[in-house]
Amino acid sequence: MPNTLYDKIWNDHLVDQQADGTALLFVDRHLVHEVTSPQAFEGLRNSNRKVRHPNLTLAVADHNVPTTDRSKGISDKESKIQVETLEANCKEFGIKLFGMNDKRQGIVHVTGPEQGFTQPGTVIVCGDSHTATHGAFGSLAFGIGTSEVEHVLATQTLVQKKAKNFRVNVNGKLPLGVTSKDVILQIIGKIGTAGGTGCVIEYAGDLIRSLSVEQRMTICNMTIEGGARAGLIAPDEKIFEYLKGRPMSPKGKDWDKALEYWKNLRTDENAKFDKEINLKADEILPMITWGTSPQDVITIDEKVPNPQNEKDEDRKNSLERSLNYMGLKPNMAAKDIKIDKVFIGSCTNGRIEDLREAAKILKDKKIASHVQAMVVPGSGLVKEQAEQEGLDKIFVNSGFEWREPGCSMCLAMNADKLKPQERCASTSNRNFEGRQGRGGRTHLVSPGMAAAAAISGNLDDVRKYQS
Amino acid sequence: MQKFNTLKSIPAYLPIVNIDTDMIIPKQFLKTIKRTGLGKNLFFEMRYDDQGKEISDFVLNQNPFNNSKILIAGKNFGCGSSREHAPWALLDFGITCVISSSFADIFYSNCFKNGILPIILEEEKIKELSEYANRKEEISIDLNQNKIIYGNNEINFQVDEFKKKCLLEGLDDIALSLEKSEKIENFEKDLKNKKPWIFND
Repeated sequence: MPNTLYDKIWNDHLVDQQADGTALLFVDRHLVHEVTSPQAFEGLRNSNRKVRHPNLTLAVADHNVPTTDRSKGISDKESKIQVETLEANCKEFGIKLFGMNDKRQGIVHVTGPEQGFTQPGTVIVCGDSHTATHGAFGSLAFGIGTSEVEHVLATQTLVQKKAKNFRVNVNGKLPLGVTSKDVILQIIGKIGTAGGTGCVIEYAGDLIRSLSVEQRMTICNMTIEGGARAGLIAPDEKIFEYLKGRPMSPKGKDWDKALEYWKNLRTDENAKFDKEINLKADEILPMITWGTSPQDVITIDEKVPNPQNEKDEDRKNSLERSLNYMGLKPNMAAKDIKIDKVFIGSCTNGRIEDLREAAKILKDKKIASHVQAMVVPGSGLVKEQAEQEGLDKIFVNSGFEWREPGCSMCLAMNADKLKPQERCASTSNRNFEGRQGRGGRTHLVSPGMAAAAAISGNLDDVRKYQS
Repeated sequence: MQKFNTLKSIPAYLPIVNIDTDMIIPKQFLKTIKRTGLGKNLFFEMRYDDQGKEISDFVLNQNPFNNSKILIAGKNFGCGSSREHAPWALLDFGITCVISSSFADIFYSNCFKNGILPIILEEEKIKELSEYANRKEEISIDLNQNKIIYGNNEINFQVDEFKKKCLLEGLDDIALSLEKSEKIENFEKDLKNKKPWIFND
């Protein structure tokens, strides 16, 4: 029977399967960070259990770390305890950790691929919903809760039931100024935030194949915003090229053997999908979110919706609630939305190509005087690379702040946050109420669109600034 | 894990769709290294004003809903972040059953690891049950029989048999999986032969 890529990875990791379909799945790679792991390590200690495979586990502190000068450590007491707890746990259980002052430190989903820890055909988990990012390499990668983190640490396996197969085909070419961020926002707008619930999404089509590795990561990253736990893309030459020579990539004979295996990782022709949708890349435009759910998308040329036009009562109430929270009026043009802050960074758009894309727009320009803007590179290595290319100077000269790597204002667990009613154009992944700070208002956009908003002082069309 | 068997309570009704885990427990409370003590911060932003005072309009601040053990909510409950702090906060508040027409996957599975029963029902049935919240009348849950009993009516709900067993008996997932140690070892041996690069050594 023909199989999907997801079917193949699943079958290849089955340790055991009960009659009711409940399976025990082997986990090849486990990423750990400070927020969702302390209770898991505590659980291990209480039951006198060990970490089964410390060398299949990699830890990095990212959610709580300050993005300003780190020489004095973390000033927030609770954040400090959490980061120190991770350090102590990694030491006790023999897990490799990139500390706060290691240049390999970064957002866990940027660090994993960068180090070659992320590999095709593997099962990768992390106590973080954006683990889907790693699916860009043709791995089955998904977020888990803390109890599951403890389960993986202790057994290197996870109890799972098989999800459904969902394929999203994107064909054609993207118009100028349109990026993979716009593609995924468009997909979420189309399927809704629960559209992928219970499914694993495979992204396919010639547009997807034409994307760079990093652009693919942006798409897989936000799969969870469409309700699916995992999103993946069949690996190809671009992926193999990216991984070759990375510190944790296979070497020598192992590389040859791995490559042979990786090259066969693809969905069989005629494999059955439970759900399938098609998108035309040529019709996708620069997108923004106007509301408090990632499905609340419009193009930059459109207007904010009017709840009065909604027949469904639940939908109408939810629109009204969102507009009210966002401080927007029905039918307002997207370009009339004035912003206070700009955030470029996160596991969605904090990699080198994202910074290049924003810098290209900002070169020789100044940001609007009322706007406060910051760039938070996804890792120390991204930061270093950007500095070698002189991108930091472009950002600073335009009026942006150039920060240290971490999750930062994507979820505002550290000192970087919005004040009540402050409005932000953000390259992150969630526009939920209070996500970037209590009462803060988030508009999700691509890095180029964030740069355009910074210059104009309102949400604006990136194509205007493209030469 | 605390066992779940039967439950009787006046349900609290929160008719909001897409309640995300940031709403259930905002990030400032994720800095804890413990599982307990999060109940007072459950639905923090909706529950307290800027001065930290309880907002009287919010359902869980009202008597008798401040003692509800059952929460009925809009569709796609628990979407967003994987934080298990969300079910921990519900549990610490005293809620051990959430009823919605759909749940986000990670939240749904996190519930079962913490003795919380998430029940999926059709919208129509949700509306019917919400009337009991409005009238402040009790409803009962019987997990053993997969039943919700309200007034003279009953609704059957579906739950995965294995998950149900774990809830009823309060089973420890890890201990169950470790009973399969031999299978895990065999898998690993095979893996070392077939994909030597996986082990990094």
